[in-house]
Amino acid sequence: MIKNPLPRLCVWLLLGLLQASVALGASQIDTFQFADDVEKRRYRALIEEFRCPKCLNTNLAGSDAPIAQDLRKTVHRLLAVEGMSDQEVRDYLQARYGDFVLYDPPFNARTWYIWLVPVGLGLLAFFVLYRLQRSARVEHRGLDAEQQRRLQRIVGGKTDSRN
Amino acid sequence: MSRASLFIPLGVFVLIMGLGYIGFDLGARNELPSALINKPFPEFNARLLENPEQTMTRADLLGRPAMVNVWATWCPTCLSEHEELMRIAQTTDIVIVGVNYKDRPTKALQWLAQYGNPYDVVLDDRDGLLGIEMGVYGAPETFLLNAAGEVVYKRVGDINPRIWRDELEPRFRQLGVTLSANLETRNPQ
Repeated sequence: MIKNPLPRLCVWLLLGLLQASVALGASQIDTFQFADDVEKRRYRALIEEFRCPKCLNTNLAGSDAPIAQDLRKTVHRLLAVEGMSDQEVRDYLQARYGDFVLYDPPFNARTWYIWLVPVGLGLLAFFVLYRLQRSARVEHRGLDAEQQRRLQRIVGGKTDSRN
Repeated sequence: MSRASLFIPLGVFVLIMGLGYIGFDLGARNELPSALINKPFPEFNARLLENPEQTMTRADLLGRPAMVNVWATWCPTCLSEHEELMRIAQTTDIVIVGVNYKDRPTKALQWLAQYGNPYDVVLDDRDGLLGIEMGVYGAPETFLLNAAGEVVYKRVGDINPRIWRDELEPRFRQLGVTLSANLETRNPQ
């Protein structure tokens, strides 16, 4: 029996595509030396955490802009040579490039409204919902005695048995 | 529901559009506010481009206002702002320090010989380390320093007659930089 080569071809093609997409999705690879795996993991976490100043919406890990390469080099130097803690590296970059490089902006005088707007909108939504509920309840309340009498007068004593 | 409340959705819509309009109209959204404004210029120790045995530090910048301009030969905008820098160098007494950023010294020297040298001194920052200290993310960038060595202004992008008129000249006056007479009568476009 001659096997149909098509399924096999498809599998290889798919594998190739998968590999290509993995390669495309991978972040920039630099050849840095690390003392141990812990340091390497800290480095990777830090470059994932910072925004590239030049490219607005990419982190340091994902950008091949020259400034991102330089900053990766700097993060490596600060960790491996200067022996800084993660927070010291954050402070170092923030002191030079401002809050912009932090994807997780701090709560301060310049950023408070970014943090509070969602809370405010949530409160507004609750208020609107509450008002809608209440007005709906008001509309469904039946007629009071005086209104009943007026109704009777207007329709001439014929009451609707369904009411 | 009262008739007026029918207009609430319109109000909300106008509010959202208004916010969007303001947000998109703010302009220069790829311009980072410098973290160094009103802070001391960073410490550095850099070789001079034209005299590599000599170095310069932050202390050499103190005592008078200075303009620090980050440039490179690979940067086309640096060439387009060059004429304005030359004019500022010729018509004011401000100290202009060039930072030759991530460049090859031979090319940089050639560039200065070809187009003219507006700088009082040029620092050699071929590896971009001084650039990182200064928070540079693209050339050209220009810092204005007061006599105490604090950054009072930063411009990302080219220096041109409009920037001179709106941003630099008022600050030069504030800092007490001498402007020559022909400069004051000049009327930028």
